[in-house]
Amino acid sequence: MNGETMTKETTDEAAMPRPLLELRDLAISFKTGNGDVDAVRKANLTILPGETVAIVGESGSGKSTTALAAIGLLPRNGRVAGGTMLFDGEDITHASEKRMIELRGSSIGMVPQDPMSNLNPVWNIGFQVKETLRANALPHQKKDVAKVLTEAGLPRAEERANQYPHEFSGGMRQRALIAIGLSCRPRLLIADEPTSALDVTVQRQILDHLDTMTTDLGTAVLLITHDLGLAAERAHKVVVMYKGQVVEAGPAVELLTNPRHPYTQRLVSSAPSLASRRIESAKERGQASDEVLANEESTGSDDVIEVRNLVKNYKIRGELGKSTEFRAVDDVSFSIKRGTTTAVVGESGSGKSTVAKMVLGLEDASEGSILFDGVDLTSLSRKEMFAFRRRVQPIFQDPFGSLDPMYNIFRTIEEPLRVHRIGNAKEREKKVRALLDQVALPASMMQRFPNELSGGQRQRVAIARALALDPEVVICDEAVSALDVLVQAQVLNLLADLQTELGLSYLFITHDLAVVRQIADHVCVMEKGQLVESGSTDDVFDAPQTEYTRSLLDAIPGAGLMLPPEVA
Amino acid sequence: MARFLLRRFLQLIPVFLGATLLIYFLVFSLPGDATAAICGEKGCTPAVEAALREQYNLDQPFWVQYFLYLKGIFTFDLGTNFAGQPITDILARVFPTTARLAIMALVFEAVFGIVIGLIAGLKKGKLFDSTVLVFSLVVIAVPIFVLGFLMQFVVGVKLEWANPTVSGDATFTELILPALVLGLVSFAYVLRLTRTAVIENSGADYVRTATAKGLSSRRVVMVHVLRNSMIPVVTFLGADLGALMGGAIVTEGIFNVNGVGNTLYRAVLNGEAPVVVSIVTVLIVVFVLANLLVDLLYAWLDPRIRYA
Repeated sequence: MNGETMTKETTDEAAMPRPLLELRDLAISFKTGNGDVDAVRKANLTILPGETVAIVGESGSGKSTTALAAIGLLPRNGRVAGGTMLFDGEDITHASEKRMIELRGSSIGMVPQDPMSNLNPVWNIGFQVKETLRANALPHQKKDVAKVLTEAGLPRAEERANQYPHEFSGGMRQRALIAIGLSCRPRLLIADEPTSALDVTVQRQILDHLDTMTTDLGTAVLLITHDLGLAAERAHKVVVMYKGQVVEAGPAVELLTNPRHPYTQRLVSSAPSLASRRIESAKERGQASDEVLANEESTGSDDVIEVRNLVKNYKIRGELGKSTEFRAVDDVSFSIKRGTTTAVVGESGSGKSTVAKMVLGLEDASEGSILFDGVDLTSLSRKEMFAFRRRVQPIFQDPFGSLDPMYNIFRTIEEPLRVHRIGNAKEREKKVRALLDQVALPASMMQRFPNELSGGQRQRVAIARALALDPEVVICDEAVSALDVLVQAQVLNLLADLQTELGLSYLFITHDLAVVRQIADHVCVMEKGQLVESGSTDDVFDAPQTEYTRSLLDAIPGAGLMLPPEVA
Repeated sequence: MARFLLRRFLQLIPVFLGATLLIYFLVFSLPGDATAAICGEKGCTPAVEAALREQYNLDQPFWVQYFLYLKGIFTFDLGTNFAGQPITDILARVFPTTARLAIMALVFEAVFGIVIGLIAGLKKGKLFDSTVLVFSLVVIAVPIFVLGFLMQFVVGVKLEWANPTVSGDATFTELILPALVLGLVSFAYVLRLTRTAVIENSGADYVRTATAKGLSSRRVVMVHVLRNSMIPVVTFLGADLGALMGGAIVTEGIFNVNGVGNTLYRAVLNGEAPVVVSIVTVLIVVFVLANLLVDLLYAWLDPRIRYA
């Protein structure tokens, strides 16, 4: 190891250092039931020692596949179909498994995407660190393990090492995974969306720590991300991949300010972390902006939903079979004006989704009241509740999990109409066609099943289903969080269009402040069950009143980037 | 943990009472007069019949019979069967034999099932995997008495590798063949369960991460894939131990093993309630304890499970 670092330092001083990782015309294909599919075509990439390079692209662009190929971890049906991969001058394109095992851990480390699924649940954290050290012939005493974990920012590492993954929070798990990835001092670290599963503030801490560590150790980083803002903030160079090809590469800021390829341009313009304006669907229709404003003023008079002093207590299992009360929502009050969008933001565990469930009438409030058009929800009879549900519809986060896989699209959208006994078969079919048209899906899609649709298409179906009953309020619980940036932008645009068209009111539950800035009129910030701040979107973003809101805002990736106004 | 164990042992009390009551009642309501079985073809004089009834408390109402039986359990006097043998002696003779047979079968199915299942899972879709799958299907599909007689004929009679039947001593070597037959079907299930779990776990993210750490392939499989794959298998094996103990009637019949299955079968035919209830009660306790063992193994295999 020492010898390697020495040579690295000397090469660093040379005018053209030898690249640490070089991919030349890399092609990767997957064997599938329908023959070979090319996942990556002619990808070129160079990482110099100590440099951070980000690959940006949407899911399916081949960015993860490219990175996995470099560490020899392609799925079983995948293979390198062409090109070469050089690691520190050594051709590893078709290196033996034995050689790859030597390289993995000690020379090329990896920090995977999802901290929840990447630690083995049946072994304690210490064991999983220890076996990494042992496999790479490093000292692996208790103190060595604790040292590695401490470096990754895990407090009281010695005790923590005896705990199991399920006893760790997401952020702590990711720290453990970073500890594992860097424990053997690799010269290249592959970080595959290392923080996309975490809350923004945690995300920032983790990325900062990763930055510091890799800089101190002189580790080169290959960062895989779908977030352009994050890439620009963290990487020296950015490589944009689209449909298996590298479409653009260059220094981060230059690429953002002057994107050449049309795809990069679209990516830059729709990246929520870089956009600063509200989506203006009406403007696209040619309305003048003051008209929009006037429109908002006039409709902004009555509250369609008013939440008063809402409290939700959950019983949780405590010591010796006693149950203790956990206050998930604590005295929350806000209102949604008709025809506007109110966003509730907060980190996981802040109680925002619980609020959504109560407004939907899926959970009963422990205290406080929810008024819908001035009527208290708790006073409703079963029958009135049924009628209420028609007027308030949800769109959920996971477009894969919230559509019944056994229902085709027609049946999915038609079901609420049937349940509420609206129209006859013919009228219902007409309505479904109209709805599909509204969400910009072809009518031919009716006979398809959810598994045949992309994530964005599914979310459109979910929107169509929510709109089937002509609701007045739509509650979007992280409705775009699972989508790629471009698709996200399309869906947000669609929601904004539908709002102007149908006069809908939205309650938007999200952890993503960048999205809030694009879509919301009013923002409520929640922390640990309490409403800590609320106000108009501009006020909250320009002049946050609480420290918590400020930290949330600062944590938006790319927030610190100074870009010319025409880009931002 | 101590609390958990205590609670589980306390749970045994209602299970024990409920099970004995239910079984005693079922045997009690069997049609036919128990004395007829004792007297046989020739029949007894009414006086003898009455004496027999009194001796076995058959003249008492059901509840009295049941409580007398319970009293016997707690004074370690289960009485005798109709042939005059003390029931405790019968239990002491048949249970060790069957336990030996069941444990041998269990070890066989666990060891071979897991090893072959693991290899098949790792070589998914290859020739070995397909062959094993077809073989396991055949074993599951063919009734146990066919397999039993077949193996007895081939291995015992034709090849003469083992005695076709088991002597009264039921030694280890004699029991190998019956144990193989007894464990064969479960072996196929264990194999399939292991294979499926291994395939599923091989694709898990943490397995990929383990490989990325630089671990050898052998270590990745043994440490990260296998332990996680054992969780469903252990459940099955635990439940199977109970089934093997009581359900060996066919196998014991074929190989003439003087064990629980055979004895229980005869006792049911004779309407000997005390014998049936005694055997079944022991079986239930074994079953409950086997399940407790599974739960403990569970907690050991999967630290997310904690009992309090």
